[in-house]
Amino acid sequence: MSTVATSQIKLTPEHARPRASVRSRLQDALPKIVLAPSFGITIVFVYGFILWTIYLSFTNSKTFPSYVLTGSRAYQRLWGWTFDTDPPSSWYTSITNMGIFGFLYIAICLALGLFLAILLDQKIRGEGVLRPIYLYPMALSFIVTGVAWKWFLDPGLGLEQTLHQWGWTSFHFDWIKNKDFVIYTVVIAGVWQASGFIMAMFLAGLRGIDGEIMKAAQIDGATTFQLYRRIVIPLLRPIFLSAFIVLAHLAIKSYDLVVALTSGGPGGSAWLPSNFMYEYTFKRNEMAVGSASAVIMLMTIVAIIVPYLYSELREKPR
Amino acid sequence: MSAVTTPAHQASGGVNVKVINRIVIYGLLALFALFYLMPLFVMLVTSFKTMDEIQNGNMLALPKAPTFDPWLKAWGETCVGLTCAGIKGYFWNSIKMVVPAVLISTMLGALNGYVLTKWRFRGATLVFGLMLFACFIPFQSVLLPMATILGSLGRFGVTLQNSVGTSFGLGNPTVNLVFVHVVYGIGFTTLFFRNYYEAFPTELVKAAQVDGASFFQIFRRIMLPNSMPIFVVTVIYQFTNIWNDFLFASAYAGTGDAMPMTVALNNVVNTSTGVVEYNVNMAAAMIAALPTLLVYVLAGRYFVRGLMAGAVKG
Repeated sequence: MSTVATSQIKLTPEHARPRASVRSRLQDALPKIVLAPSFGITIVFVYGFILWTIYLSFTNSKTFPSYVLTGSRAYQRLWGWTFDTDPPSSWYTSITNMGIFGFLYIAICLALGLFLAILLDQKIRGEGVLRPIYLYPMALSFIVTGVAWKWFLDPGLGLEQTLHQWGWTSFHFDWIKNKDFVIYTVVIAGVWQASGFIMAMFLAGLRGIDGEIMKAAQIDGATTFQLYRRIVIPLLRPIFLSAFIVLAHLAIKSYDLVVALTSGGPGGSAWLPSNFMYEYTFKRNEMAVGSASAVIMLMTIVAIIVPYLYSELREKPR
Repeated sequence: MSAVTTPAHQASGGVNVKVINRIVIYGLLALFALFYLMPLFVMLVTSFKTMDEIQNGNMLALPKAPTFDPWLKAWGETCVGLTCAGIKGYFWNSIKMVVPAVLISTMLGALNGYVLTKWRFRGATLVFGLMLFACFIPFQSVLLPMATILGSLGRFGVTLQNSVGTSFGLGNPTVNLVFVHVVYGIGFTTLFFRNYYEAFPTELVKAAQVDGASFFQIFRRIMLPNSMPIFVVTVIYQFTNIWNDFLFASAYAGTGDAMPMTVALNNVVNTSTGVVEYNVNMAAAMIAALPTLLVYVLAGRYFVRGLMAGAVKG
């Protein structure tokens, strides 16, 4: 860019220099001027606000923000609650749920997505019909997904009732009302929503693999299973990474689904840290604790995303 | 990648194995298609049933006497909190919020992408990196400061209203949400356009510069006419995201008349007064889902591309 700009100045006739210099300097700065509002907004409303939240987490803000630093009391309370298992504290429930939900959601979406992609890649007639069917939930709001699954999993109305009518009267499925199992219903609905998208990512990856490699392996006598295990899946490693990043990030941000599907579950038993943050900040008047939990969420994301972004942006220096 | 065929040495009796393989594959694919379609199907049929049929009938059965009443009731009569005027008002709230937010964030993204690729300067990668990271933050970490700022602006708006006679939109929940969605959407839109313009031939831009075209002329005459696909992708992506947002909506317009659709739907479903009308709830959910579903049906290819671009940066 800069080379272009200088050559442009050289093209300007000598006698026009004094007048043009202000204008050309303005021209030079114009791109930065155009970018500045967006960048400024990001600095203030993202990074500034993050610092603000971090600051609040070190105060004893309750209903309203207070700006007197009072040390790490909020974090100490969260830390204490982390081991408060009998009865489980809300924070303990939230992070345990995060662990269960995060692990199952990511693992099942990856496994199911890859499985469906491999099936779809077997020269399937009607692929054009099936793919959009697997993927459409991604276009829905978590609230709609929650409403649909809430109905479907309701013991009195949904699946259980239907199977009873069909004669399987001993069938019992009340996870959505059970405080020990409600988080698994969030997993089901979450997987339903995102797995099709992961499938699409893997399918794009499969389509990018060189057919020659496959043929060569087949000629060498590899079975289909070996072919996928030894050759295809290792080649898909970059997709696994991207899919993992997407899912991890979706999992940590999940908030709406818990609200719509379970209203937080019996006694808050379906809470994730995002729900904890919202409730403590806006409903229980524990702003400092809410902020501290938000900071912990952010740090978790940072630990996952920053190395990824750094390597992505560094790989192609320009 | 070509599909895997049965290796030659397994071909003894191969035709049968092959046929069974195909049946298993198609069977599994159909089973999963059912899994994905089931909730939508149940939602749809329930929304056309009477309450009587819902309580006594089977969830999966087709409506015996399809009725459009639940949809009409959801649209015009059902109670959201204490107001019983249906969800139509909230539907328009969402539209009023989504359209400006999408347009503004997309335009800014296009300009940013243009600058970041065709007018590179020292530190451009850092600037982009900082904007990109903003896409990934959990919004909980900015929720409270934003609420505080919006609250102050609202009070300032009231002051203005009293002294000048207009609040200039300050304190209006819809305006607030547009602002919030623009602020936290720029990262994505910039990402989309940057990656797209990266592949756009820089020679064209340089040639235009030599011919004396200005920064904005190049943008308008050369970049914009060639940006149709990425505009579609970005608009769809932003539209879906903003329409479906619940966190910001509930934090900054969680009560009152300015609620967007998602919040209103959640309130309809969780209203505990009186008999729960499941058919109306399902119709309301369908209405909330229709705009994004429609976009998906009409422009699915672009929708997927947007998701991918957000996931795997180029």
